[in-house]
Parts: sequence; structure tokens; C-alpha cells
Amino acid sequence: MLLLRAIGLILLLTMAGPTSSKAAEPDLRATVAKLATATGFSATEVVVRELAASGDPAVERTLSALADGNLYIRKSDSQVFVGKEAGDGIELLDPLSGEKAADAAKTDLTKIKVNNGLRRTIRDALGTLTLRAKDPGVRLAAAMTMFKTPDAANIEPLDAAIAAETDPAVKMMFDQARSASILASDKPEADKLAAIGVIGARGDRDALSLLTSVEANAQGAVKDAASASIGRINSTLALWDAGQNIWYGISLGSVLLLAAIGLAITFGVMGVINMAHGEMVMLGAYTTFVVQQVIRTSFPGLFDWSLVIALPLAFLVSALVGLAIERGIIRFLYGRPLETLLATWGVSLILQQAVRTIFGPTNKEVGNPSWMSGSFDIGQLAITWNRLWILVFALAVFAVLLYVMKRTPWGLQMRAVTANRRMAASMGIRTPWVDAMTFALGSGIAGIAGVALSQIDNVSPNLGRGYIIDSFMVVVFGGVGNLWGTLVGAFSLGIVNKFLEPYAGAVLGKIVVLLLIILFIQKRPRGLFALKGRAVEA
Amino acid sequence: MITQRFFGADRRIALTILALLAAAVIVPLLNLAVPPQSTFYIPPYIVALVGKYLCYALLALALDLVWGYCGILSLGHGAFFALGGYAMGMYLMRQIGSRGVYGNPILPDFMVFLNYKELPWFWHGFDHFWFAALMVLAVPGLLAFIFGWFAFRSRVTGVYLSIITQAMTYALLLAFFRNDMGFGGNNGLTDFKDILGFGVQADATRSALFAASAVTLALAVSVTAAIVRSKYGKLLMAVRDAESRTRFLGWRAENVKLFAFTVSAIMAGIAGALYVPQVGIINPGEFDPANSIEVVIWTAVGGRGTIVGPIIGALLVNAGKSWFTGVLPEFWLFALGGLFVAVTLLLPKGIVGMWDGWRGKAKSLRAASLAAEAGADPQAPEPKIVRSAARTPGAWSASGPEPQPAE
Repeated sequence: MLLLRAIGLILLLTMAGPTSSKAAEPDLRATVAKLATATGFSATEVVVRELAASGDPAVERTLSALADGNLYIRKSDSQVFVGKEAGDGIELLDPLSGEKAADAAKTDLTKIKVNNGLRRTIRDALGTLTLRAKDPGVRLAAAMTMFKTPDAANIEPLDAAIAAETDPAVKMMFDQARSASILASDKPEADKLAAIGVIGARGDRDALSLLTSVEANAQGAVKDAASASIGRINSTLALWDAGQNIWYGISLGSVLLLAAIGLAITFGVMGVINMAHGEMVMLGAYTTFVVQQVIRTSFPGLFDWSLVIALPLAFLVSALVGLAIERGIIRFLYGRPLETLLATWGVSLILQQAVRTIFGPTNKEVGNPSWMSGSFDIGQLAITWNRLWILVFALAVFAVLLYVMKRTPWGLQMRAVTANRRMAASMGIRTPWVDAMTFALGSGIAGIAGVALSQIDNVSPNLGRGYIIDSFMVVVFGGVGNLWGTLVGAFSLGIVNKFLEPYAGAVLGKIVVLLLIILFIQKRPRGLFALKGRAVEA
Repeated sequence: MITQRFFGADRRIALTILALLAAAVIVPLLNLAVPPQSTFYIPPYIVALVGKYLCYALLALALDLVWGYCGILSLGHGAFFALGGYAMGMYLMRQIGSRGVYGNPILPDFMVFLNYKELPWFWHGFDHFWFAALMVLAVPGLLAFIFGWFAFRSRVTGVYLSIITQAMTYALLLAFFRNDMGFGGNNGLTDFKDILGFGVQADATRSALFAASAVTLALAVSVTAAIVRSKYGKLLMAVRDAESRTRFLGWRAENVKLFAFTVSAIMAGIAGALYVPQVGIINPGEFDPANSIEVVIWTAVGGRGTIVGPIIGALLVNAGKSWFTGVLPEFWLFALGGLFVAVTLLLPKGIVGMWDGWRGKAKSLRAASLAAEAGADPQAPEPKIVRSAARTPGAWSASGPEPQPAE
């Protein structure tokens, strides 16, 4: 206890003023030199604690070298060095500055032995040292380490650190680490109960595992408090899990929405089953690849803008290919939906093989711009930027499309043709033109979906294959000719899929979803939001 | 007049059956009884290859029964084919016995590898051929019955039905890829040793399987012809051409469709069962929706709504595929894709349909010229078969030349 008080005292002193935070270097050297004379693990431990008590970040090098078994004593003059293997011999570095001091043969040196107990002491000492690092991130990490390896010895340094801390987030973490240490100490019950309260408020998996071990070892009120707290944490965690599933589901739903929304337009307005829709997505992804290649070789500075540049290009490429398909093939097959299905399947094979011939069968690397990489946390949720942007993008595409359909003359014509083709034609709407433009629009939307999907999927000639069945499921489930139906269909399928996954596994979950849709279609053959009208079945 | 009878539908079917039966006798003979030096000798790999094509032809015929005659475009017939194949594969696996790599007398190799302790319940019985043969019929038939019962009763028609049949085969594809299913995961079932006591690799067995495929196909042709010619066949076509009208006349369209769908699935299952011992492997790849769609093009090329057409189509397209993948492998998908587009645009009735149309036109022209008592112009206007065929919508799509929403 005396030692602990000494450490606390020194810490307090060092906290008092920044200038005094560094012990004089000669003193440190003297302490380090004691390692050479200390015999036995317990004597070494005393020196380690003394070093830690100095509070000087410079001793970190010595301590970590000691923990790694890289600290040596030179037999000739009993000086302590950090050793680094260099060829046959060992390169000796100064224990404090880390500068190269000398070379030596292995036989000239004695290694300072450490055992597990000593390593633990060293680790804790290092944790304490970093509590006062300048970088708040380092302080947070140190507190985190202490939280995970609670030790009664940590309480006093933490008390000191809490008193000096200004950053509220770090302070909270210190408080939690202190509470964890209190639970590991023999402090009175009241303190422990308060500590359980602090840790329970943390409410994550680390808190849960800590409290579980407390519950197993404690008796009486502490045990009860711990188990009550565990119950609360478990229910919060269950909520977070559900939240996580919903987020994953929404993310999957946004991907499905992107893939399916173009299909919803062509299918809904023209009754055309476009099996080449997936290949339009693929063309968009490959357009992104080409744009990035050009940017990489010619304008490296523009890389962060590559997706923004690729969007209109992908729209154009896919829309033009779609227009060509409509004018060249589908035009002749109106009124024969099954034949359209076959012909567009043929087109999809040709497009796939064409891309394979031009770009090769392997996956192409499409990079993430900096604003799409990384992730951030909300509570217990880790949200990656690319998924979030794709969600935003999908919703934006949806909104734009909704605007086009509801508020522009073109959209009005499309809706008129959907509702009653002959009447629309009688009113002077050029239905063939509307068909061609609609098909081009649907294909173009698939193209920009490809830009987004290139960020999370492999860009290969088979990219479209993976989405085609899913997109059809979304459209059929949501109801044809209704954009809102597609939205609801995509997100509900995404969420249901992700909720089934933990219970059934990814593959089985997908199978269950497919079966559910097949059953659903029996109940509502025209989907969730069926078009109302006088369309008579043939 | 002789040509008319000769090319009449019944005569054509009889000829097809005869040709198949003759092939069933002659090909094995030429393979087994003729010395390899002879020009008439048929090497075993050709026997196996054509035997495989005959199984495909049977599958195409099965699809033709539902698509060509009943208007149900199933994009999941590959699933019935594969299920029949798996039933046969399970029998063949059990026949391996203790000759597997691990030498386990009960468990097939992949189960030993995956640490199965005992045979899963659904594998029991497959050591008997009769049971496996029953399952070849029962499993696809039952699946089609249940699926069709749900789908037709709630009047899921047109492209919706096509899409959910595709979803069905896709779901089965995913399921059979799982190791836990007990069907060998993505490796499937392979390494077969013998069937009914004969080695599957032996020339005699291959010839026998070829003969069995040809005879089965001949049988299927006669059964399909009988169905189509019966009163029930007329009903099938009525449902195809005007489902609502048939229903208003008092027929239960869903029952008609359900029967055709189930019969067709059983035929597809038999095709799969004959296919597996000839190629020596069955794996989940057979469930791939792309395979099922390829079957559609065989039928379309030959001519749907005819009985001989799908057989010709399957043989031609697969022979083309073998040739292409050997000579120009990277162009096969271009050719197949182009075939899909060309057939739907230019040849909606297929080869046989076009031939019939051409025959019919030529016959009426001849009749007209006879009636005109040699006054006819020898440069009579050419029958524009191809173009007129392309302009005619599918016989059963009652709608006009414009797209129909949500059809």
C-alpha cells in the first residue's frame, strides 16, 4: 500500500504542473540501472513500479522491451540496454532514447528474465503511463485497457487522472475503468454498488462480460445488483441487435431498390419483362470502372469525383443500349410478353459475353472514394459510409423518379399509357415514343444503380445475374406499375431477409424469403399494391 | 397428295417413333457388334453424347406440353429434371457400397467426409432400384402438383408464373448447394460404379442406356401425341388460346393446367434420371435458372406446339453447342443469345412450324393454280412466310399488337 500511495503522490505531483511531469533524466537512468542489480522477479517488479511512478513517457520503451524480453544487461559494465537482433550479434539501443549505443555478441549479454506476473505488472504500468498522454485517443485506449483488465492498483492513478481530465468522453471512460477496478478491489459494498451502476450505464458487451464475472464471484447485494444490471444490459443489447438487423435490412433494401426500380418502370408501364436488366446494371458498373481507369491514368486528383462523373455517363451508356434494344427487338414483340422475356434473355447473354470478351472474365477493381470509405458508430451500431451513401442515393433516385412520374408531362404520358394504352393513343400521345423513352429511362436508372453497386459488389460480367431474380421478386412483391410498391417491397424484403439470417443462416433465409414470396403471390397475384383499373385478364 | 399424307402430323409422329426405335436398335449394334476399324463403327463417346441429347429432347418435349399446348411458360423445368436426376443419383450412390474412397459400406463418401454418423432418413430405400424409379416419378410429380395447385388455383398466369417458377428453381439451387442438405453440396453426386449390376462405364451399359433413352423418348412422343389428340388436348389448347373464355364455358382451367404441368414434370424427371448415369454426375448446377431458360430455346427453335419440333430443336441446338464449345468457345454465348433473339423475332413458330406454313402455302398455291387450269403465272407472288409469321402475335395472346400493362 505504501508503494501505491507513493505512486499516487507522484502522480498528483506530476499532475500539478506540466513542467514537473518529466522526472529528471539522470534519476530515470539511475532507476533503469537498478534493473541490472535487482535479483529475482519481485525485485524487478519493484523497479518496474518505480519506473512507472516516474510518469515519464520515455520509460515506455524500457518497459515494453522488458515485457517483450528484449532488455539486456552487458556483463562487462552492468549497463542496461534494449537489444535488437542484428545478424549473429545483438544491436544495443539506449533504453530511454532508443538511439543506437553499441553492438555486442550474445555471449556478452544477460537477458533480464520476466514471468507472466511481471508482464502483467508492466502492462498495467504502461496503461497508467498513457493515462496522461497528450493525445485523447491514447488516453482513451489506456482507459479501455484498464477497463478490460481491472486491477485494484489502478484506482488511485485513475482517481488522479479523473481529477485532471477535461475531455468529458475520456473522463467518462476513466470513470468506467475506475469502477471496474473498484469491483476487482476489496472496497466497501457501497462503492461496489455505485461502480456497478456506472458500468451498467455503459451497457455494451464488455460491460456485460465484466458484470458476469462479478456476479459469479460476489455475494449478497453486490451479486443482486450485478445480475439486475446484467438483465438491463441484455435487454438493451437485444434492442441494439434488432436495430442492427434493421439497419442491415435497410441497407440490403436500398440495394434491392436500386436494382429493381428501373425494372419496375419498364415492367409496370410497358408490361415488358426485361431479362437484360441485370446487364444494364453491369454496364453501369463497368462504366464506373472505365471512368476510374481514365482518372487514375490522366487526372489522379479527380479520384474523389469519379463516381459523380460516372453517374451521368453510366446513365447515358445504359439508356442508349436500352433504347437500341427497344427499337431493335422489343418493338416487334409487343403483346407477346413471354417472347419478350426470351429475346431479352438472349440480349443479356450477348451483353455478358461482350463484356467478358472486352474486359476479361475476372473481377475489376473499382475503388472507393475517400468520402465513401470508413465507418462511424451510433451507440452499438457500426455504420459504414458506403452503405449509408447508397441508401441516401437510392432514396434520392426514388424521389427524382417519383417527381418525373407525377409532376412532368412525360410522366403524365407514361401514366396515361399505363392506365389505358388505346385511350392514351386516341388522345394524341405517341405511345411508341413513350415506350422507347420509358425503356431508355428504366435502363438508364439501372446504369446508375450499377455505379452504386460497383462500390459494394464485385464488378464482373456476372454482376447482373445476381440481381435479376431478386429484382423481379421485389417488383412482383410490391406490385407492378407502382413506385411506392417497389419501395415498400424492397425494404420489407431486405429487412425480412436480415431478420431471418440469424435464425436460418444466409442461404436458408434467402430460400425462406423466396418461398414466402411464392406463397404471397398465390394470395395476391398482382402484388402488394396492385394497379386498380379495368384491365381484363386475357 | 402423297406428300400431304407423308408430311401430315400423324404420319410425322409415327415416323419419329419409328426412327427412335430404329436408333435404339441400330446405334448399339453399330457400337458393339461392328469392329472399330469399320466405317460404320460408332465410337462410345458419340453414343453417350447422343444419348445425352435424347434426354434433353425428352426435357424439351416435356416443356412443349405445358408451353406449346397449354401456354404455361415454365422457367423451372430444369428443377424437375434435376430432381429426377438426383433420385437416380442417390440410387447410383448407394450402389457404390464399400468401393468408395473411405470404404464405408453404408455412407457415401461425401457423408463420411462431412462426419455423418448415419444415413439421413430420406436416403433410405434408395438401395432398391424400384424405389428409386418410383421416386424419379414421384418427387418431380409431387412438387409440380403442389406448386401448380397453389399457382393455378390463384390464377397466377403469364410472366408472373414464369418468374415464380424461376424463383422455385433458384431456391432449390441455393438449397442443394448447402452441405447440410445431405445431397453432397456443390460437388453433387458422382463417382458412380454400376447400375443394376452393370458398370456404368462399360460400352454395353452405355449402349443400353442409349437404347433406353431412345425408347423412352419414343414412348413419351406417343403419350404426348395421345394427350394432345384427345378431347383433353383440345381443352389444353382452349386454355392456351382463351383461358377466360374456357372458364366461362364451365371448364375448370386450373385442373387442366395442373394435369399438364404434373405430367410434364414427371417426363422431365424421367429425362433427368436417364441423363445422370450417362454423364456420370449430378450437381446443383443443374438447378441454375439459366439452364431452364435454355430448354425453352430448344423448344422454340424446333417449334412449340408441335411434337416433333422440340426434339429437333434440342438435338440441333445441343449439337451446335458441342460444336461451338469445341471450336469457338468464346462465341457460344453470342450464338445462343443471337438464337434467342432471332427465333423470337423471325421464327416464332420454329423450324417445324415454318416448314408447315411453307407446305401449307405451297399446297394452296398449287390448288389455286390447278383451279385456274394452267392459267397461273409461274412467277406467283412469293409466300412471305417469315415476315407474316413474325407479325402474327402468339396464337394465345389475345391482345393487340401493343404492350399490355401488367400482363
